[in-house]
Amino acid sequence: MTVLAVVEHDRGNITSASLGVLTAARNLAKQMNTKFEALTIGANADRLSETVANFGATTVHQAHNTMLTDFGPEAWGESVAQVVRKISPSVVIGTGTERGHEIIAQAAARLDLPAAMNCLEFDKNFDGSQPLDVVRSRWGGSLMEESRIDASIKLVTLANHVVEPQEELATSPATISVIDVQLDESVSQSFVQDRVERVAGVTLATSPVVVSGGRGVGSAEAFAPLEELAGLLNGVVGCSRAVTNNGWRNHTDQVGQTGTRIAPDIYIACGISGAIQHWVGAMASKNILAINTDAQANIVTKAGYAVIGDLHVVVPAISAEIRRRQNK
Amino acid sequence: MNVLVCVKRVPAPGARINITSDGQQVDTAFLGFTVSPHEECAVEQAVQLIEKHGGDVTVLTLGPAEAEEQLRTAVSTGATKAVLVPIDATDWDPQKTAHAIAKVIGELEATNGKYDLVLFGNESADSCGYQVGVRSALKLGRPIVNGAKGLEIDNGVAVIRRESDAGVEIYRLKMPACVGIKEGINLPRYPTMKGRLASKKVAVDRSEASGENGGLKLITLRRPPERASNTVILGNGPDAASAVVDLLEELGVFK
Ligand SMILES: Cc1cc2nc3c(=O)[nH]c(=O)nc-3n(C[C@H](O)[C@H](O)[C@H](O)COP(=O)(O)OP(=O)(O)OC[C@H]3O[C@@H](n4cnc5c(N)ncnc54)[C@H](O)[C@@H]3O)c2cc1C
Ligand SMILES: Nc1ncnc2c1ncn2[C@@H]1O[C@H](COP(=O)(O)O)[C@@H](O)[C@H]1O
Repeated sequence: MTVLAVVEHDRGNITSASLGVLTAARNLAKQMNTKFEALTIGANADRLSETVANFGATTVHQAHNTMLTDFGPEAWGESVAQVVRKISPSVVIGTGTERGHEIIAQAAARLDLPAAMNCLEFDKNFDGSQPLDVVRSRWGGSLMEESRIDASIKLVTLANHVVEPQEELATSPATISVIDVQLDESVSQSFVQDRVERVAGVTLATSPVVVSGGRGVGSAEAFAPLEELAGLLNGVVGCSRAVTNNGWRNHTDQVGQTGTRIAPDIYIACGISGAIQHWVGAMASKNILAINTDAQANIVTKAGYAVIGDLHVVVPAISAEIRRRQNK
Repeated sequence: MNVLVCVKRVPAPGARINITSDGQQVDTAFLGFTVSPHEECAVEQAVQLIEKHGGDVTVLTLGPAEAEEQLRTAVSTGATKAVLVPIDATDWDPQKTAHAIAKVIGELEATNGKYDLVLFGNESADSCGYQVGVRSALKLGRPIVNGAKGLEIDNGVAVIRRESDAGVEIYRLKMPACVGIKEGINLPRYPTMKGRLASKKVAVDRSEASGENGGLKLITLRRPPERASNTVILGNGPDAASAVVDLLEELGVFK
């Protein structure tokens, strides 16, 4: 009886989501009075064993196959499935990321086992002998679901950012176990075949200031004053789905359930009503300022600060005031 | 080429999501219904592909009889065929859903020939299970990649572009293949007049659903704790600008 953490990495670089998973796996194993082990996939991740051991894993399984040089959802899922068959852990935890969900879904499908994605909590009384009750997020975080995983091996992903990574050494050094996984033709296609590296820079997801516009902005051109304000604050422009649906801005600017989740120091929402699917993308913001003609708009009642008025005059007035103070 | 797209009927909540008193469902008393934005984009992508290469787009849903509405909406935006897999419950667990979907696709293919592509949304809007597509693809014995922000056909190969933290990744899957589509891949069109007429006329085929319960069972839904807020109104109209900039200074975002 063990808890197995599946380490997500990119060409040997561990992701921050994995560190949360390692921490959660250790905590769950402690509660179950059992060991926590980890799995790295591909020889290029062998060097992560030390990092993983620093989180308290007693064994690090290294899945090897010459095909495992880069990410491939099917090959990674099949590798997890083979390791799971071999060591029969009672719980398998993956990352709550695009790759993590894909790996666990692939493994679950191959093992014909249930899987619960984006778990926020695990039953505090779980000791390994009973079904596992979890709380997971639905509707992109607008709702929570308590559900029961009734299977000999429980596969889950941990929602990102819910567990703070914390190192804790195991009492003895981790055992390394190399597992040669068998991969064939059937998983050979879905590997990254080509890649264009991202240029570093401030993105919607990381910018400390986001000035966002909704249907109330009215047109693509009318975003110019929002661009200007964002520029003055060294921020970026975001938008609602009403805006992307109208073709006013690219989907890369969309905040929300099917867009980007943001957590800036301040989110300035102009002409956005605050539908729940938008709100879930913005609610982690440290401060929210709503600019809206409707004092009853959902975003106004939920925001920390609001200005009631027409964004077409309020936004330029804010930029003018900033420039006035800058020039003083 | 022939493309099949799987869509799921879900409620379209506004400012908040209410739950029925038994905790088992979203209270849909005053709500309209829709499909996930990812699935809208999957339909649009399929329609663009047949506009270029010829063929049919079949939309399929497993859901209540009312889900016919979502199938007809898809037809109004360019899908050509519709299949309803009726179930009594509002939702089936992911294993059971995938079993039923794969089985129906197999039956459809036995008469119509293989679909070159079977498209899914990256995740459904309501349950966000991230797995029905993967499970269905595996049962169909086809490769699948999720998160597609680009999908083109090159000589019998589906070329998939997706974004990761590291950059833009390209996958190449020999068809028949499955793909999980993400919003942003395209801008879905609005229904045309011609499409609206077609959607009224289209025959919605019915296929029988079957499957055993899987191992994930809903106990109850609940709303996350709401963050209390006493909104500070900084002012009305442009006169509020000074108070706004004071706030920005106080928060340290403007010096
Ligand atoms: C499954 C699903 C997923 C979704 N995902 C997302 C998502 O990721 N992101 C997202 O944003 N939406 C998403 N939506 C859509 C969401 O439900 C709303 O339809 C959308 O957020 C509304 O955008 P909006 O606030 O800009 O428009 P509206 O709701 O039309 O609001 C416009 C607001 O502008 C105000 N206004 C009008 N004129 C002015 C003016 N001159 N000055 C100031 N204020 C003005 C109005 O008072 C109103 O509050 C999703 C929906 C579904 C069903
Ligand atoms: N009941 C259903 N009917 C048709 N397609 C579905 C159904 N449930 C899920 N899907 C498809 O599978 C994708 C992933 O669903 P999920 O695993 O619930 O996130 C969805 O975006 C749909 O394309």
